[in-house]
Amino acid sequence: MNATSEPRPMATSHRIVPSAPASAGERASRISARDVTVHYGPKQAIFDVSIDVPERSVTAFIGPSGCGKSTFLRCFNRMNDTIEGCRVGGTITIDGEDIYDPSLDVVELRARVGMVFQKPNPFPKSIYDNIAYGPRIHGLVKSKAETDALVESSLKKAGLWKEVSDRLDAPGTGLSGGQQQRLCIARTIATGPEVILMDEPCSALDPIATAIVEDLIHELKEQYTIIIVTHSMQQAARVSQKTAFFHLGKLIEYGDTEQIFVNPRDKQTEAYITGRIG
Amino acid sequence: MTSVLIAALVLAMMAFAYRQGYSRSRVLAGQSRLHSRPQYHGALLALWAVVPFLLILALWGLTSGQAQEWYLASLMPSDIAAGSDYASAAARLRNIASGFGVAGDMADWERTAGESLGRFNTILKLSAVALGALLGIAGLVMARARLSARLRARNHVEAAIKALLIFCSIVAILTTLGIVISLVTETVRFFTYVSPIDFFFGTVWNPGYSTTSNEASGSYGMLPLLLGTVMISGIAMLVALPIGLMSAIWLTQYAKPRVRNMIKPVIEVLAGIPTIVYGFFALVTVGPALSGLGDVIGLSINATSALTAGIVMGIMIIPFISSLSDDIIRQVPRTMRDGSLGLGATKSETIRMVIVPAALPGIVGAILLAVSRAIGETMIVVLAAGNAPILRFNPAEPTSTFTVTIVTALTGDADFASPQSLVAFALGLTLFVITLMLNIGALVIVRKYREQYE
Repeated sequence: MNATSEPRPMATSHRIVPSAPASAGERASRISARDVTVHYGPKQAIFDVSIDVPERSVTAFIGPSGCGKSTFLRCFNRMNDTIEGCRVGGTITIDGEDIYDPSLDVVELRARVGMVFQKPNPFPKSIYDNIAYGPRIHGLVKSKAETDALVESSLKKAGLWKEVSDRLDAPGTGLSGGQQQRLCIARTIATGPEVILMDEPCSALDPIATAIVEDLIHELKEQYTIIIVTHSMQQAARVSQKTAFFHLGKLIEYGDTEQIFVNPRDKQTEAYITGRIG
Repeated sequence: MTSVLIAALVLAMMAFAYRQGYSRSRVLAGQSRLHSRPQYHGALLALWAVVPFLLILALWGLTSGQAQEWYLASLMPSDIAAGSDYASAAARLRNIASGFGVAGDMADWERTAGESLGRFNTILKLSAVALGALLGIAGLVMARARLSARLRARNHVEAAIKALLIFCSIVAILTTLGIVISLVTETVRFFTYVSPIDFFFGTVWNPGYSTTSNEASGSYGMLPLLLGTVMISGIAMLVALPIGLMSAIWLTQYAKPRVRNMIKPVIEVLAGIPTIVYGFFALVTVGPALSGLGDVIGLSINATSALTAGIVMGIMIIPFISSLSDDIIRQVPRTMRDGSLGLGATKSETIRMVIVPAALPGIVGAILLAVSRAIGETMIVVLAAGNAPILRFNPAEPTSTFTVTIVTALTGDADFASPQSLVAFALGLTLFVITLMLNIGALVIVRKYREQYE
């Protein structure tokens, strides 16, 4: 880096957790969105959404189907770039760095901001290769031993190690739905992200598998900033510290989860929480 | 009475029977609720009227030739009927009977015999039509009497449709079976002249075409032809595989929808060009160009060679591979692609490491199908390969294939019973077995692949 250039905010705030926030429970924002809009062709899907997502916590996006919560989530790792005719406006910064800056490498961004999808989507490869895929393409591992270690630690973090340690060569597609989803989480963890985006990660799972994944989310928030989109208000209440309610592409209300569910300020939020919208 | 009139009669009966059933069931509907709609009653009656009619006509078609034969013998003077001229005499009589006329003067007995044969034929045909119509009417009357509100006409008609569909499949299967059987029997006949070992393992192909001898003169080793076939198909695949596969990848992963909708039909037009046009293109354009190129770089390349035929055949197969792989790659779930991109893989990494491996079994199936097409292709090699059935490994020299040799064996004026012609069946059978194996392999692989995402 050029010595005369200003130190980038990212470099200073990187691994440091602010120790004395203004009020208890409040933390410094890692992700910050300002006036974000998304268009699909002529149709506008997201209207001027501004939000600050705190570090090392779980933030839930809730709202009725088609409210734009998944679309908005996909702005944070620029997955919307892969959709034909999709345009994103406004600014999104992570650690003060604009992720839509033309000079930013989207490949690096996606290594830092991992994503878990609605349907478990393991590659048709072995469990081992599924995990090793990300680290290999990013050159994070240099030897077989390093890869082995990373695969093991990722599977352990995802709580899957005990179940699959004896069959790492078996195809990932042969696991049960819940195991596949945890494999996808392990695969995401393996690239060493700071943020994990989860797009309705439990919608294809049964209640038991859902409970296991929710427990896992609890553990992961100690290390990662997590944003989860969910259809289930109970799930949002169970796993998240902050909740944002979206309706028709607009952010209606954003606050502490407890406040949103116990004492919503907005009429529409209340209507949704009590089951009158959606 | 001509065939058109008979067809008109059948159709008229069908329409009449349908009308009858339709209106009768409408009357019945006034009394109680119908089980089936009136259309089905009409269709059922039409079936009862037309099927017996058609069966009688079919029976007549199958047996009239034989009946005519019996009658013919009785018409001729006994010396001719028993003599060696029987076949030509019978042909003359048939031509007289049909009014086609014959060369030369007719003998008196021929004229009278021909006329009575004509009468015989007419009576036979008329009685067949009359019997058919009678049975049809009987069926109609019987079925009409059975019409009732509760009659399950719909079920009967459905059963008849099912029977028709089964019949059509059986026709298709029997035709295939017939072709295979004729191939096998003729091949067995060929092997009475030439030993199978000489045929399958011989390295010299020189049948010594002679029109006089029925003896096997010359050598019938198929290895030079097998080599030529494999070499040309191999060159074709070397051309078609990279171009076809990569264009499929570009079309599915990179091209904008508008561009894809323009490009894809253009590529598929290649598949619609008749192969003779490709052959012509090979002979007139590609061959001389290759030969000229050879001169420039100091290689001797023949204008008609395995290389010319292979390259042009490869161009022909491109759309085949491209469009099959396109479909297969498109079947790879989008979530798989998103998963890889979401991990920070680039587009080409995603294609190389996730999409193509996921689609690989299907792509292999497509390749095998393409190879079996290449092996069976005829016109391009007839024109561009040079027809030199010699065992040599230089693709720049003329060569020959199974298909070309079959064409050569069956055209020209060799006797169809001679080994020189019969060898075509042995070659055809070998070719058939090879392509069958490839197709079965492709189907097995493609089926396995289908199950993967279900």
